[in-house]
Amino acid sequence: MTAHADGDATHTYENVTCPFCGLLCDDLTVTRTGSTLKVSNGCPRATAGFQRPLPPAKPMVRDAEVTLEEAIKAAADLVRQAKLPLYGGMATDVAGQRAIMAIADQTCGVVDHALSDGQYRNLRVVQTSGWIMSTLTEVRNRADLIIIVGSDIHKLHGRFFDRIVNPEHTMFDGVGTKRTVIFLGEGLDTSGAVGPRVDEVISLPVAKDRIPEVLSAISARVRGFNIPAPQATAPSTSKIGSMFAGLVPGSKLATAEAPAHEIAGIPFADIDAVAEKCKKAHYGVLVWAPPALSMPQADMTVHMMTEIVRELNQTTRFAGLSLGGNEGAPSAASTCTWQTGYPLRVSFANGKPEYDSVRYNIGRMLTEGEGDILVWVASIGTDIGLPQTKVPTIVLGTPGVRLAQSPTVFIPVGTPGIDHAGQMVRCDNVVSLPMKNLHRSQLPSSADVLAAIQAAL
Amino acid sequence: MLIKLTGGKVYDPTNNINGEVRDIYFADGRVVPPPADARVDKEYDVRGRVVMAGAIDPHTHIGGGKVTIARTLLPEDHYKDEVAHTSITRAGTGHATPSTMITGYRYAEMGYTAAFEPAMLPANARQAHMEMGDTPLLDKGAFVMLGSDDYLLRLMAGKASFEQIKDYIAWTMHAAQAIAVKVVNPGGISAFKFNQRKLDLDEKHVYYGITPRDIIQTLARGLLELGVTHPLHVHGCNLGIPGNVETTLATIRATEGLPLHLTHIQFHSYATEGDRHFSSGAVQVAELLKKYPHISIDVGQVMFGATCTASGDSMRQYNGAKNADPKRWVVMDIECDAGCGVVPFRYRDKSFVHALQWAIGLETFLLCDDPWRIFLTTDHPNGAPFYTYPHLIRLLMDRDFRRETMLHVNPEALQYSTLPSLEREYSMYDVAILTRAGPARSLGLKDMGHVGPGARADITVYKDDANRERMFTTPELVFKNGELIVRDGKVIKVVNGATHVARPEYDRAIEKPLKEYFDRYHTVRMENFRLSDDEITDGGRGEIIVQPTRARTSS
Repeated sequence: MTAHADGDATHTYENVTCPFCGLLCDDLTVTRTGSTLKVSNGCPRATAGFQRPLPPAKPMVRDAEVTLEEAIKAAADLVRQAKLPLYGGMATDVAGQRAIMAIADQTCGVVDHALSDGQYRNLRVVQTSGWIMSTLTEVRNRADLIIIVGSDIHKLHGRFFDRIVNPEHTMFDGVGTKRTVIFLGEGLDTSGAVGPRVDEVISLPVAKDRIPEVLSAISARVRGFNIPAPQATAPSTSKIGSMFAGLVPGSKLATAEAPAHEIAGIPFADIDAVAEKCKKAHYGVLVWAPPALSMPQADMTVHMMTEIVRELNQTTRFAGLSLGGNEGAPSAASTCTWQTGYPLRVSFANGKPEYDSVRYNIGRMLTEGEGDILVWVASIGTDIGLPQTKVPTIVLGTPGVRLAQSPTVFIPVGTPGIDHAGQMVRCDNVVSLPMKNLHRSQLPSSADVLAAIQAAL
Repeated sequence: MLIKLTGGKVYDPTNNINGEVRDIYFADGRVVPPPADARVDKEYDVRGRVVMAGAIDPHTHIGGGKVTIARTLLPEDHYKDEVAHTSITRAGTGHATPSTMITGYRYAEMGYTAAFEPAMLPANARQAHMEMGDTPLLDKGAFVMLGSDDYLLRLMAGKASFEQIKDYIAWTMHAAQAIAVKVVNPGGISAFKFNQRKLDLDEKHVYYGITPRDIIQTLARGLLELGVTHPLHVHGCNLGIPGNVETTLATIRATEGLPLHLTHIQFHSYATEGDRHFSSGAVQVAELLKKYPHISIDVGQVMFGATCTASGDSMRQYNGAKNADPKRWVVMDIECDAGCGVVPFRYRDKSFVHALQWAIGLETFLLCDDPWRIFLTTDHPNGAPFYTYPHLIRLLMDRDFRRETMLHVNPEALQYSTLPSLEREYSMYDVAILTRAGPARSLGLKDMGHVGPGARADITVYKDDANRERMFTTPELVFKNGELIVRDGKVIKVVNGATHVARPEYDRAIEKPLKEYFDRYHTVRMENFRLSDDEITDGGRGEIIVQPTRARTSS
């Protein structure tokens, strides 16, 4: 099924968009010989994704090989009988998202993306206080201060530094020509920040779960509050005490009190220096990858960053930049939002869209025994395999996708941008990119398979 | 199949038909002349009914990132208006920023068959078209935003040849699949990124050294010479600032004979009289416009209630964020190309400021005596959601209703507006111009906005009800391309409309410097920045219609 029709002829594709992370780099050159791809300028993730040999895969129903038509019929039979079908994974392009939304709407199901937990760290902030954000090209050309928070960007997004931080040229003479890069967090790979525009690299190696304390301190300093010394407040819980005491205007320190020497292991002077750089920046950016913010209540950490940004905009320009967005997550959230008003975790059980970011978390629903069938779309990477569940499962997956259990129905599907054309939304939720058909295989798109299942209901 | 609408009172200003009783025939999606002896396949008796072309909204934010940000921002706005699916329609949500399908259904149920997104950022064009592609029943199109994008500003600052600037404007229209060009706070969105907090008409951008006046004149002249039918669509400087009427008057004078469309002019017609230094400037604007027949406007009428403002004007939206209700807002700097700001808002009838905004909008409608140069908009969702149009129409057509409504708004505000003294009532013919013939002519949609032979059979039939709000809320029949899609105000069939674009000529050689520019500075390749036809039409999402442009000229 994955063998290629035109044999071993070699084709070279330029300006190829990579579907394997939320940056959607679109400057790849990919050469295809038969069904083998070679990427000449991809990051490790892209190279692994494009060059992964596609194992042979057949549609399966209860572990028996069937035709595509039989698999679609079996899937339709399962969906038809379900009272509350769950549509998860959602790792696909916009056409795939549209198809998921259409069948979920008709069958009164629930939609949620496999990586929603990360996205909700941001969405909770948007839906409570909003934010000021930037996008990749804006940051590449304009930022003179880039603070990376708690996210090992170089590992997660292999070309972020090459494409955003390090490029030699800026659109604007004298703007963002020299930039400071600050890494806030322990164990972050700082080796990516190099090049003629990177003037200074600063690292504050704070443990991930204590990043909020350092952000609090920066927040207090940019607001002009002093940070009390530990002994000046509650000595045994100086951490918490120092975090909040300084935020109360009445508690502004008398000069007699000594400043704290450190916060979460970071010397106060270093924190103060970062705050000063923030205030002096012409265009500063706080960068995070939501999936990496695994500290408890990470949305509070995102909120703290957005509040720092908000404060700094009173005098200068500052913005946030959220990365992440792998496995088509921004495509899923955007499509669901424009079609229902809500960013995923929507139930159509009553015919109309109902939104509850806790209740309609499909991971939680499966654990609690809610829902009676799981339709799982994983057309991009191999890592977002099917969650463990007792309910019947229908997987539309890229061949080789890791599955913790054998699904009731498995239908191999193509990857957008490799096996079929499409469109995907980038991590900044502004830019979307065309995905090329590189003709690696004849695998159907998840959109086509879902439409066929819906038509067979 | 030949369909006949028998005996309706037809209002078709394009063809000078003012309420005359006419039969209308259509076949294969087009209006046809009365056939001599053809067999009518289906006849609708519409005697006593009012017949018009399907309505056209020339300025409504229905697609693109800022609308979806607004949707994300306000789940509680949707809770009160969740819509269940039916056997033919999809589920969704309504109120201030309806989901895409609901947008299509509700426009059609109100007798509209076309709507144009006026603020498509080039960097976000693909998503804007995706969203419009999920908006059924309507023909649509979009105005691409220029004027704070680095490439135009650097061309202007570098004194590039005017032909090159025109090539770039035209290239952008092709790349973004646009029918027109809009400028929003000219240069100001860019200036905000350089930490300028305001930019007056003659104030220099700190980096490029050019002024909003330069930008407006360049784009307006460029579009004229490119032969694009719709003139530059201008969201001017200083939106919402008391005293900005002076900027608006200066902008009108700055056109020096060039055609221009000034959008949501209500938000730009504020004077500074009275104790609160806030009063109506509508009279001055209307008077000056009489001397500038090449300038058209739309109003951006404010209606009372909760909505969400969504604009490309990040500078002014950031400033307005302090009034957000609820206190939650988004501002974005986008791709060295544009920006956006999304701020929820509640207009209150007892508020002096909001009541005055409301009055200024109505004043503008009633003072502008040429209905061909004024379009009915609320700048959805900025002044109010689009489905308040029937109420607005009643306010214009029914003086007694208007007077009664005025009793409920802040009385002090009315002292700073001439509204209470205005007696004018819009006629049915006027309304047909405002909502059909005028927008069609302005956008160059020759076969739309009328029901003469050759027109697309987009036709709306209303019961003639003295309560004009009720009448325009629930049309009896709506046809889209000859198919009956709405009966008694409910969608009965779902079809996809077309996407309208304009493609003025340009010299392909511009792609060489553009490609170098994209490769050097951008995170998207020029080749991928361009949106292909297939991306819009794939999946049966409706055809692309290329509207003609006049021959390119040079001055």
